[in-house]
Formats: sequence, structure tokens, C-alpha cells
Amino acid sequence: MSEMFRAKIDIELTVNGEAVEGSVPAGQHLIDFLRLECGLTGAHASCEHGVCGACTVRVDGIAVRGCLMLAAQADGAEIWTVEGLSETAAIKDLQEAFVARNALQCGFCTPGMLVAAEELLAGGGVPSRAEIREHLSGNYCRCTGYEAIVDAVESVARTRAGRGAA
Amino acid sequence: MTIPFGNPDRPNSYIGKTVPRPNAAKLVEGRGRYVDDIVLPRMVHVAFVRSHFAHARIAGIDTAAAREVRGVLRVFTGAELAEVCTPWVAVLAHLKGLKSPPEHALAVDRACWVGEPVAAVVATSRAAAEDGAALVELDLEPLPVVTDMMSALDPATPVLHEALGDNLAFRREHVEGDPDAVFASAHKVVSAKFVTARHTGVTLEPRSILVDWNPADRQMTAYHATQAPHMIQAVLAQHLDLPESRVRVICGDVGGSYGIKVHVYPDEVATAAIAKIMGRPVKFVADRLESFTTDIHARDHEIEARLAVDADGKILAMDVDDWTAIGAYSVYPRTSAIEGNQVVNLCGGPYDFAHYRARTTVVFQNKTPTCQYRAVGHPIAVAITEGLVDLAAAELGIDPVEIRRRNMFRDDAYPVTSPAKMRFEGLSHHASMDRLMALMDYDALRADQAAARARGVHRGIGIASFIELTNPSPFMYGIGGARISAQDGCTVRMDPDGSIVALSGVTEQGQGTEAMLSQIVAEGVGVSPSNVRVVTGDTQVTPYGGGTWASRGAGIGGEAALRSARALRGAILEVAAAMLQADQASLDIRDGAVVDADTGAERMPLEELGRIVYFRGDTLPQGLPRELVQTRHFITTEYPFAFTNGVQASYLEVDTETGVVTLLKHWCVEDCGRIINPQLVDEQIRGGIVQGLGGALFEEIHYDADGQLLNGSMADYLVPMAAEMPDMVIGHVETPTKESELGAKGAGEAGTAGAPAVVMNAINDALRPLAARVTHMPFTPERILRALGKIED
Ligand code: FES
Ligand code: FES
Repeated sequence: MSEMFRAKIDIELTVNGEAVEGSVPAGQHLIDFLRLECGLTGAHASCEHGVCGACTVRVDGIAVRGCLMLAAQADGAEIWTVEGLSETAAIKDLQEAFVARNALQCGFCTPGMLVAAEELLAGGGVPSRAEIREHLSGNYCRCTGYEAIVDAVESVARTRAGRGAA
Repeated sequence: MTIPFGNPDRPNSYIGKTVPRPNAAKLVEGRGRYVDDIVLPRMVHVAFVRSHFAHARIAGIDTAAAREVRGVLRVFTGAELAEVCTPWVAVLAHLKGLKSPPEHALAVDRACWVGEPVAAVVATSRAAAEDGAALVELDLEPLPVVTDMMSALDPATPVLHEALGDNLAFRREHVEGDPDAVFASAHKVVSAKFVTARHTGVTLEPRSILVDWNPADRQMTAYHATQAPHMIQAVLAQHLDLPESRVRVICGDVGGSYGIKVHVYPDEVATAAIAKIMGRPVKFVADRLESFTTDIHARDHEIEARLAVDADGKILAMDVDDWTAIGAYSVYPRTSAIEGNQVVNLCGGPYDFAHYRARTTVVFQNKTPTCQYRAVGHPIAVAITEGLVDLAAAELGIDPVEIRRRNMFRDDAYPVTSPAKMRFEGLSHHASMDRLMALMDYDALRADQAAARARGVHRGIGIASFIELTNPSPFMYGIGGARISAQDGCTVRMDPDGSIVALSGVTEQGQGTEAMLSQIVAEGVGVSPSNVRVVTGDTQVTPYGGGTWASRGAGIGGEAALRSARALRGAILEVAAAMLQADQASLDIRDGAVVDADTGAERMPLEELGRIVYFRGDTLPQGLPRELVQTRHFITTEYPFAFTNGVQASYLEVDTETGVVTLLKHWCVEDCGRIINPQLVDEQIRGGIVQGLGGALFEEIHYDADGQLLNGSMADYLVPMAAEMPDMVIGHVETPTKESELGAKGAGEAGTAGAPAVVMNAINDALRPLAARVTHMPFTPERILRALGKIED
């Protein structure tokens, strides 16, 4: 059984705008590939069950759970993690809002939370607090109680909408 | 010179302000460094083989197939590790009668709960270690199990640890006054049975440790997700036969702790033992199933309690019979008797009454060990107390707020001693209640509730007052013999560029410890917080301290930081006075410069003073002290604990058809003494409330009668999610402790302490017209429908 999972598969993909090649065990999850092979330790493995969202990264434009996707399935994909989104300043306003509102405590959920929140914000408009809460329900935070996160996301949505209107 | 905290316009007024956390920016960029992010040369991984029976004799362990797996280097059994690692016994002398058997890093003869580590497989990758672990064959002979709490002491029940004689770990009864006589003659007696469910912390970062043993230096370095680095240092040294000075514990970023990461876990000690044997770095990170079966559990209590009141609702007496089952072992070194002991200490806490009896009975069973989890014992004691008070109010037809006002200690009554013999220096129950009433607009909410009821919608308002134990002295652990420091220290130094470095023995797991320390040091010295770098979590570098638990970071660590900062300020001014040929008392430090205290006119930037001291010391008077490094320690001495108080309210709706509870809004007014950073305090309270709401509505570890844990995944064990949680209004009253100049008490656990009780009271307020009542947590739809008589079987 385990030998089958160990069989190597060659993949080529783009991670944070850089071309990456790898020869990955068939059973390796995307989150482990990113953390172990690419050294991108921002997204975390927590439940490894698709429930908590700590492993959320962006794959071909959508927020995906890195613990549910195999690295082999990412062949040809374009992947963005919190590291790349930070370097390109793509979510700078959201990150600043998280810091200003103290929407993180231990920070373990935060990289996944940011990717999930950005997916909602990218849809445009100003979502209601209930919509924000609903969208983030797949991302657990055990520290904050969520209110500060909702506040931060809401404030960024307002600012971005205001900028768009101006 | 004392700081005029009352004057917000004072110079360097950082204490009391919301300033940003210095370590938050790196975390939002994914640049944190948690244990699993660390990779060391020649590092190997360990995976554990765990008992799949709740109780079994270990007849044999066949490791041959595991050794064949590519990448597997070694397989260890309990007997092998016992040769380098001594077992521990988790008792404390002041918890009289507490007993627990010796516990090994890996079980040797017998496994006593599902998940107890039995063997360890070490491999070059985590995946290979797991593959190997799956191939280790355990020959386990099942033994009779003890799973039920209330029958654990029955003669027919098997004894879990034969050498102990019975399944009783600890019992304590406290009696004050003459409760029996009062109950016999009281106007009214109300009683109830309460159940709080076994639950656990679910830190998103699992328990993690990476241990490196360098035989050449005889130095062990443990990178550990822990709340108490110095405690772990002492434990590893003692049980691996090393001098404490040769064990260094480094605690970087920690992904949530809440009490889960303040204990000694067998698999973590085993990891250190294996590192010592193999002479190379060994990493262990628990997977999620391991987290559920081996992180400490908590709150598994059943309580019968009653309250005697007079016709005006005045509390006359309280009687509490608490039972708790702690799993197979008392947890090292803090022990598993503390939670029950806290229930005895805390019941009835806000109220002025004379006759009290409380007993806790702590029993063993074949389940995961329980121990201290956020707000230890408080959620239980508050649920008992506030549940009974509401019951009495309803029976007497008194408003729940009014009955509390009639019984709470007067705000001018302090110092007082409670019937449980807890000493309160200064609390503010009445002021807090007044503040709560204003924040929530109680009367308008009652009107809204009545209007909803007229529409057939069942809404409820819950109120719960509480006390919280913070800033513990050695009375908590030290007097019992544990090497756990109640004192904490801080070293503050000025570098040549005028910047300040503060090293502290308290630790950061996301609470904002480092931000809080930077503010205090900034104000104490007279620089901007951005000019203070804080270092925590390294036993080789920081002053010896206790770490962060029992809400002690701000109260103890903060005061040490303030004192060391003030000492450094004095040392700087002494040098400045000599350089400027001025009277030291006429100088001050503001915003990084020495100034005239009267006019505020700048005399010299600190970097100039630094340049002279460090590089041109020849120009200073001979014999002038130039000690720009200062260390101070702090320990509380007047009171064993600094109690805080608060009151919470919940407004919720119960769907009487589905049993679903919808939280509409939540309030908390809290008095944690001097507030150092309002935003951090509020967010600690909000996060704590939501953890308490989890216990009230969702969280429950299920076992079957054989001791198999049934819901060991996040899909099956529910925790609060964003969509279900309410917005929370937080208010404050500030009664600083007089034990320190800073006056801070703890704020980390108040939210968790009161939330389950207040939700229970709100649900019961909603259900009262339907003559239904729930007291068994969590309040699942099923339990609510049963209370309503809509499910019967
Ligand atoms: S680790 Fe992927 S969802 Fe939890
Ligand atoms: S900040 Fe700790 S889990 Fe979200």
C-alpha cells in the first residue's frame, strides 16, 4: 500500500509566480509539498481533514484546502500562498487591517484565513457581516472569537468599495 | 517616583493605550516560526504507536516489519526508553491525599487509555515513520475497563491501578458554618444536577516539539510549543538525568495553547529521550487524531448542588457535591486535582453568605487524562452558582439582576474572605453590574423579549456574575513541591543606539504578551514602544520565570518589566546627570531623549548617551556607575491570588421545534485591574467567551462503554465557527491591585469562565414559560428537545 503512495510523479507548476518542478510521492498532499519542498511554511496543516481551513491556498484563482488536494493534482496549476501575496502586496490592505484590528492572536489560522477572506473580497461590493461570517465558516480560529476578523474584512470591503466609487 | 496613571496626558503614556503588536506583522505575512517550520541538519521524525484498547496488558511488541520500511531507523519500546528516562508521579504535597501511579514516557507493562503511547518509530521522514508505526504489531491483552464516573468507587468496579487500592485519586471537603442546620430551616431550598462535558482545547497548531542533543557539548535544546519553558527545562533535566543548566528550552511562535501546552506529555518526553539516545534532532508533531486522544481533556464533571435562600432572596447557604473523572493518570507536574479543587474554592464566589459545604471527588478511569484548561474549574463553579441563583430568583419571583444585587459583596466591603476562604483584595460586582445594565439596555431587552414571546418566539436573557483567579503565588504549585516559578523577572538594557531590549520570563502564544511588555518598558524608561525589542521564550537567555498561564503574564511579568524599566531609567539618568552636570531629579527621559523634567526641553538624545557610555567611557567620571542593564523580579506576597470579577449577559433565541439555539448578542463587563492595552484585553475576553460558548453549545468528547473515543476529528468534534458566533460588547471597570505599582490583574480567562453559565441561564429563561430546563452541557438540540418533552426514549 505505502509503496504505491511513494511512487514518484513529476509535476511542473507555478508557485507565487515562479516556475517550480518536482518529483513528488503520489500520496503527498499539496500542503506538504508547499511546506516541505518549497519551504513555504505560511499555510499550515492542522486538521488534515478538510475542516479547519488552516491549509488554505489559492489554486487557479480559488481558495483550496491544501490538505485535500494532492501535489500531483497541482501539475500545471498556478498557486499563490500568503508569502507570494505578501511579496506582491496583493493583500496589503487586508493584512494591515488584520494587524490594526488585532484580528489574529497566535496567527496559526491567519494565512489560510487571509486567502479565504480575499476570495470573498475579490467578488467586490460590501458583504454583510453575516455573509462574511458565512464565507469564513470553513476557517476555524480558536483564539479570536472571530469578531475582530469580521471587523477587519468588513473595513477592507468598505475601503475598497469607496476607492472603486471615487 | 510613581506613575500618575490617572493623567492621560503624562509623558510617555503608553500604559493604557492600544498600540500595535510588534509580532503581528510577521504572522500575517506567513513569516511566523512555529516548531514544525524548523528544520535542523540530520533531523529525524518520530511517530508513536498507541494503545487501541482503553486498558490492556502489553504482552508483546513485534517491530520486525516496521524496521523493514525504507527510511525507518529505530523502533523503541517502553522498556528501552525506561532505561534512559525515569517515570514521574503527579502529586503535590498541598493537595492532601492525592495519589497517582508512576507514569512512563512509553507504557511499559500496561496501557491505560486509548491513545497512550506504547512504541515509537523513528525515520528520516514523517511519512516513513507513520508507515513504520502502522506495521508495529502490539500484542495487547484487554483488561477490565473503568469508564463511568459515578460508579468508579463502587466495590463492584475493577480497580484501575491495583497498587493504589481504589479508584479515588483525591477528595476534599470544605465546610464553613453550619450548612445542615440552615438548609433544614431555610425559607426556600433550590437544587439541581449539573453536568459539564469532557472537552479539549483544539489548538490549531498541534502539540509540537523538536529536541536536539549534542553529546559533545552535553547540551539538550528543545524547540517546544509550550507555555512554561522553565518548567519543561526542569522536567526534562530531572527525568533524563541532566543538569538543568544543560537543557535549553526555546519557545518561538506557538499556535494557540489555552492551557493545553502547559503540561508534560509522555510522547514529548519520549521525543527528548530518543534524541538523547540517537544524538541527533528528533521532531514530533501530533496529528489531529493524536491531539484528540492525547491532549489533556477537561471539565468532565457531574454536580449535585443546592442553595438555601430567605424570602427576600438572600443567600443563606450553599451545598455542592462535585464529581470529576480525570482519566488514567494525574497529569505531571500540575496534577489533575486542581480543577475539582477550584470548584470547591470558587462556588458562590461573588456572594456574601456564611454557610457553605463543598466536596470534590476525583476518580480514575480508562480515558485520556484531564488537567488544567483555560479558566480551570471556573466555568463549572460559575454554572453551578449562577444556575442555582437563577433558580432561586424564579422560585421567589425576583428579577435575576435584582437577586444578584441583593447578594453580591458590596463594592466597599473589601478586603473580605469568602466562605470558601478565598481572600478578595478589591472587587467591583455592583459597579460592573451597573455598567452591564447600561451597555445592554436591560429593560429594553426585556421588552423585546416579551414582544417576541407574543409572536411565539422564545428568546432568553441570561446573566452571570463571576470571579476569576489570576496572578497566582507559590500557593498554587510551588508549596506542593513543583518546580514551577510563581516569580517572574525582566532584564532591560539600553544598547549604544539608544534602543531598548527587554528579556522576560513570561511567554507569548498570541495573547499579546510582547506588545504589553513593550508598552510597559517604553513608559517605564521613556522611549517609544517601537524602540523596545522584546525577547521571550528562551531559558538560556531570559530571566527565570513561570511562563504564561493562570492569567499571570501582565500582572506578574508586567510588574517585573515595569520595575526593571524604572531601574534602567534611574541608571540612565545617573549617567546623564554626570554628563550634563545637572541634578538627577531635574531630568527625565521622554520619547528617547533626556529632557529637563520641568520644561521638557531636550538635553541629550539617548543615542548620544549610549555612544559615550559604550565607546568613550574614558570621558566619564571615574567610579561613575554605568549599568545600562537592569534586572528586577516580582512575586505577589500579600494575597495567594489576585481575584478579578465580571458579569456576562447573553441574549439568544431557542427554536422549540428544532432545539437549535441562535446566539443574538453577548456582553461582558470585566474588572481586570489596570488595563495596559485595551484592544488586547478586549480580544482576550472575546476569544475566551467564544471558547466558553463552545463548551456551552457544541464541545463534547464522546466515549463508548469500552473507553473508545468516538469523535476524534474536527469533523466530528464541533468547535465554534464564525457563522454561529455573536458580536460581543465588552465593558470595563478598573480596580487595580495594590500589590503592585502597575495594578494589573489577569484577563485571559474571564470570558471562558462566565460564558457557559450565561448561555445556560439564557436558554432556561427562554424555556421557562414552557416549564423546561437544561443543566447538562453542551446544550445540543437533542438535549433541548428532550427538556421540552419532544424526544422521549
Ligand atoms: S488542515 Fe486542511 S482543512 Fe484543516
Ligand atoms: S489566531 Fe490563533 S487560531 Fe486564529
